[in-house]
Amino acid sequence: MAVLGHLELAKYPFLADAGGYLRECGFTLEQLADDQDLKPIRDQAFARVAAAVDEGKVYRPSIETGSQLPREVFSFLLAVVLLKMSGARHLAKKFAMQEARGAEMLLERDLGRARTASQVLLATEIIRDLSGMGIQKQEEHFVVPVPEYLRRAVTFHAREWKLINRRVESGLVYLTPHETVRLIRQELVNYIVSRIEGAAMPPPVPGLQGFAGQLSAMEARLRPKTVVSSGEFAPCVKHAAKTMADGDNLSHAGRFLLATFLLARGHSISDIVPYFEKAPDYKKSVTLYQLEHLAGKSGKGTAYRCQSCQKLKTLGLCHEIPECAGIVNPLQFGVGR
Amino acid sequence: MRPPDASFIRRCMKRYYFERFDMIELPSDMPKREFGFRRADSGMVRHLQLHDSADLRVLLLQAVPLEVYVSNARYLLPSQPIPEKVWEDAHLIFDIDAKDLDLECRPSHTVASCERCGHGTSGPCERCGHRGIRKTSVACPSCMRAAGDQAGRLLDILADDLGVREGVRVYFSGNEGFHVHVHDEQLARLGAAERVELADYVAFRGMLPERLGVARDGASSLPRPSEGGWRGRFAREVLGSKAGRSRAAREISSGGYDAFARRVEGMTSGLGVRIDPGVTMDVHRIFRMPGTVNGKSGMAKVPCADLKRFDPYVSAVVFSDELVNIRASCPVSFRMMKRRFGPYANEYVRVPAYAAAYMVCKGLAHVVE
Repeated sequence: MAVLGHLELAKYPFLADAGGYLRECGFTLEQLADDQDLKPIRDQAFARVAAAVDEGKVYRPSIETGSQLPREVFSFLLAVVLLKMSGARHLAKKFAMQEARGAEMLLERDLGRARTASQVLLATEIIRDLSGMGIQKQEEHFVVPVPEYLRRAVTFHAREWKLINRRVESGLVYLTPHETVRLIRQELVNYIVSRIEGAAMPPPVPGLQGFAGQLSAMEARLRPKTVVSSGEFAPCVKHAAKTMADGDNLSHAGRFLLATFLLARGHSISDIVPYFEKAPDYKKSVTLYQLEHLAGKSGKGTAYRCQSCQKLKTLGLCHEIPECAGIVNPLQFGVGR
Repeated sequence: MRPPDASFIRRCMKRYYFERFDMIELPSDMPKREFGFRRADSGMVRHLQLHDSADLRVLLLQAVPLEVYVSNARYLLPSQPIPEKVWEDAHLIFDIDAKDLDLECRPSHTVASCERCGHGTSGPCERCGHRGIRKTSVACPSCMRAAGDQAGRLLDILADDLGVREGVRVYFSGNEGFHVHVHDEQLARLGAAERVELADYVAFRGMLPERLGVARDGASSLPRPSEGGWRGRFAREVLGSKAGRSRAAREISSGGYDAFARRVEGMTSGLGVRIDPGVTMDVHRIFRMPGTVNGKSGMAKVPCADLKRFDPYVSAVVFSDELVNIRASCPVSFRMMKRRFGPYANEYVRVPAYAAAYMVCKGLAHVVE
């Protein structure tokens, strides 16, 4: 574990041991709730959570003067208490995400400014604590072992994150400070979420009930939006369907794509069979058996999912058109939110 | 396979497995592997657990399978169906097959025959009227050299880019390609999605022009030959000399970003290693076991320490040279054990067991009792 000073705790308050920190500073939760002198901290804690609801608004801690540092830690810890009291789970996730964005900026700055061995050590240890990812500094870059990079980067869909689009030498991937921090964004969010979820449920504190109630009301507004589909097929699926309709041979992977896509779009097996009728090796009994298997109606009951765009590219089945921009699975084609 | 042919192959295999069991490479953590096999007269049997070499010996000598497979994955419960096996890890495997290399020589050593009676034909069979045709490729040293070159390129990328220098083993597949096994603890834990990325990396698939120094706004800083990774490889193999670099820079600036992007995409097959990505990404596959015989050729999957000197038609020949009577329809000649065989036009010949087995496995000959 990295040994953190007041400045680091103010920047990354989720790394603090909450109970220990309060005790060390000589405060109790009741004091934070009722003491009039500590009202600015309560307001700041509430504002910190409220900022998470405004899309794109990132909380920036005040770390310019030493006297402000404990306030940053307190307001974070109190925000977690308020979220626990309100039971607002969606809001907690949004809060974690926004806090992570703020921490990301600071971490990126710390990595970029790390010149001395101790600065580099501290920054890399913080990253190790947050994500378990071992990084080292080489010249102006940070380097990450290929397997560690891949485990994280495969969840990104921009082509620039593909391994082939990185500098890779001797088993190491070279990253800028910005890329290094971007790579662990989800782990940063998960870390903060786990700190919130793992925090003990605070005892009922009257002075905080009003804030908690307001957070519950905010939570109610965070309803998932309805998904609307145009029903149009992705070009890769259209191509697969046309190949079949023309009586040409479609690869096993292509047939898998066509079947799993149609199943996921809610077509029945009897509706899907005609797509395969013109295949050169068509046998109704085999097609029915395979469709039932893919739908999870036979065998072990595992329903197979439509492959991702990335996998289809590798298999040579992708027929990308401009309308595909931003989708990662053919099922998302023509789907608006 | 006709019963007399199957019986002949079975005898050859039984003798090989009895006399040369030491050729078989047992996997580490054998009880954690899934085994599978296929006999000439039956479908695939998989989800088997073998605990030690004695179990394997019993399987080989009693079932005498045409093909024997073992998983690259380790499981907690290897004999259970895939969803219940509890996957632990799987060493990385790359498959290079000469048939995927689009080589010019392929038509000259590919034999078309009726899939029912084996009669040499390129259309509906004149002998039995069956319409189905089987295309069989016969031994070709130049195909194997090309596949070996691909394997060599892969080894360079593994060492220079991915830092994998230890634990890499190259095997001749027993037919027309190579399997490259990478025993690396960290890479073994990668899932299918991560392996797709590795497959794309070695195959030079998905490269953005920006990575090669060409941006949409027209700026370009082309890679230098001294650089590592794909940038250096691109500079050395595509841009070439200093004069070539200037010419390439002019072409790029005149054609623009999109033209360059298309050009880079078109280079995938020439620059990248021609692996089968489906093999690399599959973490539940069972692979031909090293040292066992490939039922498509009668030759064995054997290790290959020196790609440049390796001659599969000597090193992987494991059956005896006892003479066997066959009726062969092999219009293409081939060399094995430094001897030339064929061409045979549906004729009765007496050849060593290894050559007979090769032609029988390829469906180009039948044993005469």
